[in-house]
Amino acid sequence: MSSDAGAGDPTDPERVSAGDGKFGRYGGQYVPEALMPAIEELTDAYERYVLNNEDGFVDEFRRRIRDFGGRPTPLQRADRLSERYDTEVYLKREDLLHGGAHKLNNALGQVLLAKYMGKERIIAETGAGQHGTATAMAAAHLGMPCEVYMGERDINRQRPNVFRMKINGSEVTPVTTGRGTLKEAISETMRDWATNVEDTHYVIGSVVGPHPFPRMVRDFQAIIGEEAREQIRERTGALPDSVVACAGGGSNTMGAFHRFVGDESVDLMAVEAGGSSLAVDAEEGVAPNSASLSTGSEGVLHGARTKLLQDHDGQIVESHSVSSGLDYAGVGPELAHLVDEGRVTPVNVDDDAAIEGFHRLSQEEGIIPALETAHAFGYLHEHHDELGDVTVINVSGRGDKDLDTAIEETAKRDVPNAPDMSMFEGGL
Amino acid sequence: MADAVDAAFADGPAFVPYLAVGDPDYESSLAYVEALERGGADVIELGLPFSEPIAEGPTIQNAVVRALEAGMTPTRFLEFVAEVDVDVPLVCMTYYNLLYQYGDEQGPRPFVEAAAEAGISGFVVPDLPAEEAGPLRAACDEFGLDLVSIVAPTTGEDRLRKLVDVSSGYLYVQARLGVTGASSSVSDQTGASLARLADVDLPKAVGFGISSGEQAATVVEAGADGVIVGSALVDIVAEGHERGDPTEAVAERLETKARELKRGALDGYGRRTPAPEGTSD
Repeated sequence: MSSDAGAGDPTDPERVSAGDGKFGRYGGQYVPEALMPAIEELTDAYERYVLNNEDGFVDEFRRRIRDFGGRPTPLQRADRLSERYDTEVYLKREDLLHGGAHKLNNALGQVLLAKYMGKERIIAETGAGQHGTATAMAAAHLGMPCEVYMGERDINRQRPNVFRMKINGSEVTPVTTGRGTLKEAISETMRDWATNVEDTHYVIGSVVGPHPFPRMVRDFQAIIGEEAREQIRERTGALPDSVVACAGGGSNTMGAFHRFVGDESVDLMAVEAGGSSLAVDAEEGVAPNSASLSTGSEGVLHGARTKLLQDHDGQIVESHSVSSGLDYAGVGPELAHLVDEGRVTPVNVDDDAAIEGFHRLSQEEGIIPALETAHAFGYLHEHHDELGDVTVINVSGRGDKDLDTAIEETAKRDVPNAPDMSMFEGGL
Repeated sequence: MADAVDAAFADGPAFVPYLAVGDPDYESSLAYVEALERGGADVIELGLPFSEPIAEGPTIQNAVVRALEAGMTPTRFLEFVAEVDVDVPLVCMTYYNLLYQYGDEQGPRPFVEAAAEAGISGFVVPDLPAEEAGPLRAACDEFGLDLVSIVAPTTGEDRLRKLVDVSSGYLYVQARLGVTGASSSVSDQTGASLARLADVDLPKAVGFGISSGEQAATVVEAGADGVIVGSALVDIVAEGHERGDPTEAVAERLETKARELKRGALDGYGRRTPAPEGTSD
């Protein structure tokens, strides 16, 4: 997305096309026919407004994400971690974006686009509640009614975000099918969209789903890497040796990576949730992890061909992660492609390392990270010697929403760097 | 085998019931599908359960959960098709990932080959729009099977042409927006959808929300060549399962319901003015 692209003239040689939504062998549009006309309409709007700045869409988005969202977010040197690991560690502080996570970049972009398209209602799915919260805020900001689908289990794990959505005026609808997490919430939101497609826009929360969502969400999130790339060069005079981001569906990952993909010298590390184990229990239909890039296989889910956690027959298995936001059996098709191409390296850390990373960043840098983000710091701790002299870590979100879970999960295990949490027994 | 589907629509309105295979278990499911044929089914859509049925409403979602919990798999499904004692054509309704993963090579060909061998006559794949249907269409052609496409109320002229290009057997005309599920009224969108399809040289079977003989009659009177009924039948299976009724009793109720729906379709055909002769096209 660029704000200086030619506007309005379809014959303009500078005009950017939305393309066909294929990333190598991945991507595509595997959705019910009832949704295809809406997807064609969205693809057209994406091309006109987002890629070609018709009616000044991009200018308005940039203004609002600055004034309402608080961009640009800082790039901060992590002094104590840099010293501890003998590596220059820089933090891209998306936790300081309004709402406490990178999610607003996409939610504001899509709600604004829905307004440009003349849609009257917003729906969204949410896992950790960060995307739901961001969408609820953006919808309130732009005066659109909003309904958020959230798995029942996630509602229980992420109560503060449920309150925030409701306080912003959104409906929160529990999804009780399956295990009640993000996968089921996406399916249910697709069903609502198929029913109300004429006046409703589905603000998908990650770089997943049918074309144009993976590319469009990436474009809205690419502002992370665009800023970080400028900021690190201002600070150090050079590109970093590596960029590290956690990866569930992959929106903060693609947002952080996109502007660096062409910089061959920069290693891009996507840190997945290793959960409690990397094995898939096909008998039980459960993968005790969410590492679809590291361990998944090619298949079709929620509108796209991508890497999935599935059993031998192609049934999608239930994923697991200590962090709701990474707890998903699929991943964005572009990330799957970049992994196949060798441009992005998929790595993973388990729940234990994520909890330790959570406490370490909190104690040593005064930043309480989201449990999703904590995976990136778990990886930094274990592999700092492989990240070169200068690394940028995307702090995708803050951890206020996770305090209950952090207390509970810390109490369950022997965490060497945890404070004494006994006074919190029984929760907050 | 594709000829069998054509034949089913050749002689008056076709009644096309759906059940999820393996709901609530393999043996009962055999009895239920056979009951549908006794009740007058002309084609039967057999649901191969997938863990993420994004086009289904709560009734069929629950059926899918019951079937998966009872151990239904693509391989068991093919055994079922080979074993079930019916003569009408069987159409497999499922989601693309299951077709894509089956067998040693990726892509739909191995499953289509195995399905043809087991006795399947065609496919309906709700998450496969015309844009992505090429490989499945090619496999269906290779093994002589039909690929039935769903036409939505939102499908415009351009898309309709794309759909018709990849379709054979019949068109599944979605009566209203949304997901599958029984409803008390048949949408006004049905008549408009059928009118738009008047020139298309394929039978049009209307589904989504039909639950009574009277609704079946209304739809056929409006010009449908067939009626597709799923959730209203799955409801009978679900109720029988919850109450612990014997399989025979549930099968009998299914047969009675099927008879009502088939009778409704025939009544609707008789009500058309001027009275049609022979086949609808």
